[in-house]
Amino acid sequence: MSDTYLELVNSGFTAELAKRLGLPRPARLRRFRAGDQLVPGPVLVLADGAAGADADALAATLLDRDLDVRRRPDGDHRWGAVVVVLTGVTGPADLSGPALDLAGVLKKLAHGARVVTVSRAAAEATDPAAAAARQGVDGLLRSLAKELRGGATGNGLVLADGTAVTSPSALGALEFLLSAKSAFVDGQLLTVQGTGGHPPADPDRPLDGQVALVTGAARGIGAAIARTLARDGARLLLVDVPAAGDGLAAVANETRGTALQLDLTSPDAPQRLVEHVRSRFGHLDVVVHNAGITRDKLLANMTPDRWDSVLAVNVIAPLRVTEALLDAGVLGEAPRVVCLASTSGIAGNRGQTNYAASKAGVIGMVRAQAPVLASAGGTVNAVAPGFIETEMTARIPALTRQVARRLNSLQQGGLPTDVAEAIAFLASPQAGGISGQVLRVCGQNMVGA
Amino acid sequence: MAGSRRPVVVGGNRTPFARAGGAYAHVSNLDLLTAALDGLVARFGLAGERLGEVAAGAVLKHTRDFNLTREAVLGSALSNETPAYDVQMACATGMETIASIADKIRLGRLDVGVAGGVDSASDAPIVVTEQLRAALLDLNRAKTVQAKLAAVAKIRPSHLAPVAPDVAEPRTGLSMGEHQALTTAAWGISREEQDELALASHQRLAAAYDAGFFDDLVTPYRRLVRDANLRPDTSMEKLGALAPVFGKRLDTPATMTAGNSTPLTDGASTVLLADQSWAAERGLPALAEVVDLEAGAVDFVHGKDGLLLAPVHAVPRLLARHGMSLADFEIVEIHEAFAATVLATLKAWEDPDFCRDRLGRDGPLGSIDRARLNVHGSSLAAGHPFAATGGRIVATAAKELASRGSGARGLVSVCAAGGQGVVAILEAV
Repeated sequence: MSDTYLELVNSGFTAELAKRLGLPRPARLRRFRAGDQLVPGPVLVLADGAAGADADALAATLLDRDLDVRRRPDGDHRWGAVVVVLTGVTGPADLSGPALDLAGVLKKLAHGARVVTVSRAAAEATDPAAAAARQGVDGLLRSLAKELRGGATGNGLVLADGTAVTSPSALGALEFLLSAKSAFVDGQLLTVQGTGGHPPADPDRPLDGQVALVTGAARGIGAAIARTLARDGARLLLVDVPAAGDGLAAVANETRGTALQLDLTSPDAPQRLVEHVRSRFGHLDVVVHNAGITRDKLLANMTPDRWDSVLAVNVIAPLRVTEALLDAGVLGEAPRVVCLASTSGIAGNRGQTNYAASKAGVIGMVRAQAPVLASAGGTVNAVAPGFIETEMTARIPALTRQVARRLNSLQQGGLPTDVAEAIAFLASPQAGGISGQVLRVCGQNMVGA
Repeated sequence: MAGSRRPVVVGGNRTPFARAGGAYAHVSNLDLLTAALDGLVARFGLAGERLGEVAAGAVLKHTRDFNLTREAVLGSALSNETPAYDVQMACATGMETIASIADKIRLGRLDVGVAGGVDSASDAPIVVTEQLRAALLDLNRAKTVQAKLAAVAKIRPSHLAPVAPDVAEPRTGLSMGEHQALTTAAWGISREEQDELALASHQRLAAAYDAGFFDDLVTPYRRLVRDANLRPDTSMEKLGALAPVFGKRLDTPATMTAGNSTPLTDGASTVLLADQSWAAERGLPALAEVVDLEAGAVDFVHGKDGLLLAPVHAVPRLLARHGMSLADFEIVEIHEAFAATVLATLKAWEDPDFCRDRLGRDGPLGSIDRARLNVHGSSLAAGHPFAATGGRIVATAAKELASRGSGARGLVSVCAAGGQGVVAILEAV
């Protein structure tokens, strides 16, 4: 599962060779380690002419975090992050100032720096010029992200009208995007449309005392999710099919969680799960529908068992389980449901009609469940991984795998922990204003949106 | 024994059982027991916890495994501050660990503990001949070159052949199968009866797996997900085609085959036992109370009883102590060392003469409806890693009793080498 090419272009003679030959040079990404600074240098806060107040408010909150915050692009810095506040734009011409200020510092970004735009939702603008400016941010950000190098990423926050830049979820999302936890999130615009959520009592353990269910937790991304949620303080109920029970037990013991061997596609599985939750935990605060399988085949060669099993595991089981948990009333006061989608479900992938149907289905499910969860005081979102280095992708033929890895702005595959961090953020108390969204963890994969 | 303390079975975990030389051919007793323990810890979220005690054991044991259970605890996810000890009572080892932990819980010495057992016929110690052993010990003690040469000179090529482990009784020289063959003949048990019992065992175990019954009793190990000995598609025809292996030198027809006898097996089992309130405080299940146990032994040396019939005597004593009869039990688990062991036990309890002469009763102890006997199969299908069988049966029975509702009672009977056995009463909480 290691990326030998990435190691070669980052060390010794081969690094120099790659540079001279003009070969792609994927950077080692900045990843979360407890105790590290949020960003690897000073934070520059830029704003359009009418967004001064919003920029001031954000700068103030960043200052409160003991960061070195600057409002002007001056000085000889290696910038750790640039926050571009564009909440005041009323026409396309308003983008010019902040865009060119940003241009001036791009060559002075630190390794693993972050550029985050903060803007308003275009769909909510009634004035065509304002809508054009707001939508313009989308194109600016996505293109910028493709330009950045050295492990730097560009992402955007899109706020619904009426959602203040200092609302809990806006600040939580900003922090996530600035942090090393978003290492493989690139070129994404995340919409915050509610004022719900609250900052955690203990920032190091945002899920302290909460009970979290993770399905498919025996290995790969599921195991990484378990470890990350455990780090964040959650008590874990880990589920996988009985045949994966030994791996599941190992992850459960490592995370001091509890293992439940259960085939979620069996007819009585939702009820058995509900009973288990009731007797052992009382309730669930976080539900992560991670269990998923692939049974790739061109549609022309598809067999019923391949089609049906993929749909059953990837989308039908999450549908039934969430419904059963809601019906049984075993979800906590502010439940967080996070589902695994896939970039294949967004952009399609040859040989994956069944998988893509299931993962696109997850996206549809999440959007439709958002109002239902809202009435239960909670949220539901999807995370769509791109190419992630797992046992599953390690089975892809070598050449195809090399190509697939490089087809994103970060020119490498992500790690399971990258997906887990995005899920942990959406599961946190602070993400209460984000629901019905799809967050891609794909390094800005070239295919798809 | 009074007081409010009630030792209950919280749950169990075992590895799938493998046939000797199969999936676990290169796995040690320690590996197996640690795996079974880790699965139990994961199932009940006990990682890092200090439990009262862990008791387990193995029948076939290397001398290096003198502290087998403690080593398994040290290798497991439990707190290293959990004490542990080994128990050995042949095939009743698992039952005796359950007795030991349950009694301590009832006494108030423990709130929670783990009982279990493991055996690996694949990892059996190879013993050298007695002559070679004596010569090697002399060599070790010899101080001069001459003495050393003298010790070595005593070794003959024939001494070098390893002595394979067997399950022969030291006092009779007969294997367990040959002992059972005597009992089978004495009680006139037919081949067909034995094969029927074996068939039911396979069918019931397979059905239980298919229904997901073992989802929370078994954790896969080394790519084995179900018991390797299980033959869901076996039939009377297939079982009937097997040649007899035991009792071939007797006057009566030989009836015991590889199909109606348990094979040599590798595997481990564990049972989490706790005071009922300990389980309740943690939201953990209380499947069944361990009401009481009774050990028994028979004089098989002089042929007074069959080697494996100690439970025939222990059960009536246990029932008498509680004023119960066989009719008080919804389920009965009789370890299937051999199909004929179970059948001989049932016949003995139904036989008025035997019950009068040997058990001192006015009439038969009673009969057991086959629908209540080994309802999810037993050792003929699952296999029989000697010390692991008690834990397998008790965890399975406790879960079944819990599903039948409060007050449902189960009787468990496990026979053992040396003419011994341990029997128990379980009752759903």
